[in-house]
Amino acid sequence: MEHIVIIGNGISGITAARHIRKLSDKQITIISGESEFFFSRTALMYVYMGHLKFEHTQPYEPWFWKKNNISLKKGWVSNIDTSSKKLTCSNGETVTYDKLIIATGSKPNKFGWPGQDLKGVMGMYHKQDLENLEKYAPNNKVCKRAVIVGGGLIGIELAEMLHSRNIPVTFLVREDSFWDGILPKEESAMVNREIRDHHIDLRLGVNLKEIIADKNGKVKSIIIAETGEEIECDVVGLTAGVSPNIDVVKNSGIEINRGVKVNRFLETNIKDIYAIGDCAEQNEAIDQRRPIEAVWYTGRMMGETVAQTICDNKIEYKPGHWFNSAKFFEIEYQTYGWVWAQPKEHEARFYWEHTNGKKCIHLNYDKNTRQFIGINNFGIRMRHEFFDKVLNEKRSIEHVLEHLADANFDPEFYTLHESEILAKFNKENNTSIQLKKKNWKRIFSV
Amino acid sequence: MKLLQNIGLSLFLTGLAIFISLIFLGKYKVSSELFEQTISNKNIKSELFITDMNSNVVGKQFTNPFSFSLAITSALKNANTIHKQRSEWNKVIWEKPHSFSYQLAKNAGTGLVKENKGLFWLLTFGLGIVGALLFVIPTVITLGPKGIKNNGVFLSAATNRGWIGWLVFIFLVSFYLLLYFAPDYIVNWTYIVDPISQQLSGHLASQWFLYGFLYCTVMTVMAVRMYIKYRHNKYQILRTTSVLFFQIVFAFLIPEILVRFEKPWYDFKNAFPLDYDFFFKWNLDELISSGGFGLFILVWGIVLTLVIVPVMVYFFGKRWYCSWVCGCGGLAETLGDPYRQLSNKTLKVWKFERWIVHGVFVFALLMTGLTLYSYFTGTQETLGIKTQTIQDVYGFLIGAVFAGVIGTGFYPIFGNRVWCRFGCPLAAYLGIVQRFKSRFRITTNGGQCISCGNCSTYCEQGIDVRAYAQKGENIVRASCVGCGICAAVCPRGVLKLENGPEKGRINPTEILLGNDIDLLKLVNEK
Repeated sequence: MEHIVIIGNGISGITAARHIRKLSDKQITIISGESEFFFSRTALMYVYMGHLKFEHTQPYEPWFWKKNNISLKKGWVSNIDTSSKKLTCSNGETVTYDKLIIATGSKPNKFGWPGQDLKGVMGMYHKQDLENLEKYAPNNKVCKRAVIVGGGLIGIELAEMLHSRNIPVTFLVREDSFWDGILPKEESAMVNREIRDHHIDLRLGVNLKEIIADKNGKVKSIIIAETGEEIECDVVGLTAGVSPNIDVVKNSGIEINRGVKVNRFLETNIKDIYAIGDCAEQNEAIDQRRPIEAVWYTGRMMGETVAQTICDNKIEYKPGHWFNSAKFFEIEYQTYGWVWAQPKEHEARFYWEHTNGKKCIHLNYDKNTRQFIGINNFGIRMRHEFFDKVLNEKRSIEHVLEHLADANFDPEFYTLHESEILAKFNKENNTSIQLKKKNWKRIFSV
Repeated sequence: MKLLQNIGLSLFLTGLAIFISLIFLGKYKVSSELFEQTISNKNIKSELFITDMNSNVVGKQFTNPFSFSLAITSALKNANTIHKQRSEWNKVIWEKPHSFSYQLAKNAGTGLVKENKGLFWLLTFGLGIVGALLFVIPTVITLGPKGIKNNGVFLSAATNRGWIGWLVFIFLVSFYLLLYFAPDYIVNWTYIVDPISQQLSGHLASQWFLYGFLYCTVMTVMAVRMYIKYRHNKYQILRTTSVLFFQIVFAFLIPEILVRFEKPWYDFKNAFPLDYDFFFKWNLDELISSGGFGLFILVWGIVLTLVIVPVMVYFFGKRWYCSWVCGCGGLAETLGDPYRQLSNKTLKVWKFERWIVHGVFVFALLMTGLTLYSYFTGTQETLGIKTQTIQDVYGFLIGAVFAGVIGTGFYPIFGNRVWCRFGCPLAAYLGIVQRFKSRFRITTNGGQCISCGNCSTYCEQGIDVRAYAQKGENIVRASCVGCGICAAVCPRGVLKLENGPEKGRINPTEILLGNDIDLLKLVNEK
């Protein structure tokens, strides 16, 4: 029986394993050094915040793996021998495979800052980071201030985590406004406000110069490059993005660039070896996507796809329309289709913001053809199926606005803003689009 | 703020301590007039009991309810034992010993509490309410901007089965044991609500009036907490208001006022089989003998269970009852809200749940069938089973132990819906309708789930919501009471409770929305 070995038990590797099991009775082994069982990485923050216990982040009960005949092996792979199809673990154990899936995920970026390996300096990515944070920042007596370096999704999550234990936070963001490489300036400004509303000391447009140690080799303070200001702190969170975690692949003959290079079938340059998830890098970027996408959803989709290929239904990785989500303190964010930070040549934008400053939608459409391109929605939930369908059918901005009530996914009885949104659009564009009443038939006729 | 909360907490704890200590206060002395009166009212023919009482109880002063209760209940039990041996069935006193003792104690008690009902109401209920509100209201500020606030839930000894949780557990279980099985120990508690009872129904308070009043008070205070915690969420605000309204008006005020007008005590929203004694002979007799109004209740009770309940479940799901109307649900959603994360989510417990909840449902139906058979045929026994016995067993095991002692007492250990999930026969009935014939579902928003587990963790019914959401599949489950918390705690806007067309309500998927359209078609339409 063919032996499929998967390195990494994150969402990509686990999804691949589950689908291979559905499609076949191949022998499946998953190797991970990080944790015994699959857990939701995105939920680690809730463990520190006390919303969940670690066990709650595990989507499957322990019996699941045995029942589905998926063997789990705890250990770090240290070497891949592609010619004899053999893996060696750091404890010397070896595992042979017929097909290998590399799903090793990401690791936090470190840019060679002085002091980046001191005690009390950490990323927020692995289970071990969480344990580390619990050690160095259990409360605001042990950790009187924390400094977070790098303004992405993980940075703001770490800020929210520390804030939940009343630990003062200074948040250093290189950009002039939070996540403004991804978010248009209006949304970015909204997130800036939300961060400051939670009493986070947000510093925009600044870089870290160095981290200074006390006499025990633990962080004592940091220095800001631009101003030379020294900020005393007990914990430094490094959250300046992630990059593919591919140390194990180096020197194995598997082609790498920033990530493990793969073609559209998620195959590497070596036969029977595949790479999926955060660690994979497409030879050619797909549509307008980046060649490396470190996103939960894309990891899952690659897992779903590679399982087909491995089970003799060779299929290209062809992700559908872009979508994503996040939560910035209390403000939920979803996006469907593309809304770039800067409009492209042929694009027009429509922006509506609630007077409370905590809700907005940003629509992107083609100036000439009026075709809908994408939406950012903050503080309002929208239906994925609605926008997927609209994008498939290449509908117009007018169509989207008319059917905004169908698109809304907020809980029942929530105040709806569609008519206000339409009124603003009509006024700005001299149109007279009428809102259609919510219609179940349309919503469910996918 | 913190100071205010600490003052509140101390006031609350003081009120609670006084409330508990009241049990040990007061004196009890049965006068010969009172005893004569009781003998004639209850038509007691046991000379053994009368002699025993006259020599050991009547005219004597007892300084605590325990020795008083012991003297009476042992007199009663001893007399009954002898009468039963001699087959003197007409002399046996069938009333429960502690109820009998309660009625004597209610009249025989004297002392500080009985003489200062108002004062002691203030020192117990008053301090408790003010203290609790002082503790709760500052959270408007201390919790920070509105939104989901579950910070520290699993780090606190109160909400993570720590020592506070266990203390609350002991208190609640003891309370229910006293209430159901030893009401004569808590006569003092009933005194302090006598004035309110007299205002409403014109009668002195029974232990059930005390319970009803306490229930409404606790729900109201804890509803304030809900209003603050979920102030960003209109669904929660309206739902909380609704359960509070139905509890206070339908379960408490209307029945008491009915009694004032000499009508049967009846809670119009309490549907059979949750209202398990609706078809008991004494109830049917009472309803039939109270004329047009009694008949109306009889018809209403039947229509409620057979028509209104299932039709409403078809349109709105069982939530319309379980988390918008029901009193048990009301307590679970207010007092029980801090404990919702403690429900067990394993498959094993789900299997157990299905057996036991449907088992209770079948038990309730069998018992009622037997009851009605006896009612119409006049027989006391069917197939060797005494109707009375099976009613007593049901009342004890399900009505008292399961619904009360375990159902509420175990909030801090097994979560707040223990009764609703494992024991309620009405929930089982509604669940069957919801699962097979309803427009209600929790819609999963395409491929947006990140498997974080907040939904499953905060599901009071122990549904593994995430197991569905991460597959892009709607949640259609018999046990879902539609509290809406899963949708509230979801950080990515994945879940929405809604009533829509039945078609496509159950939508198992393999590949989630957002991936290759052709692959979706290939796999999902296979």
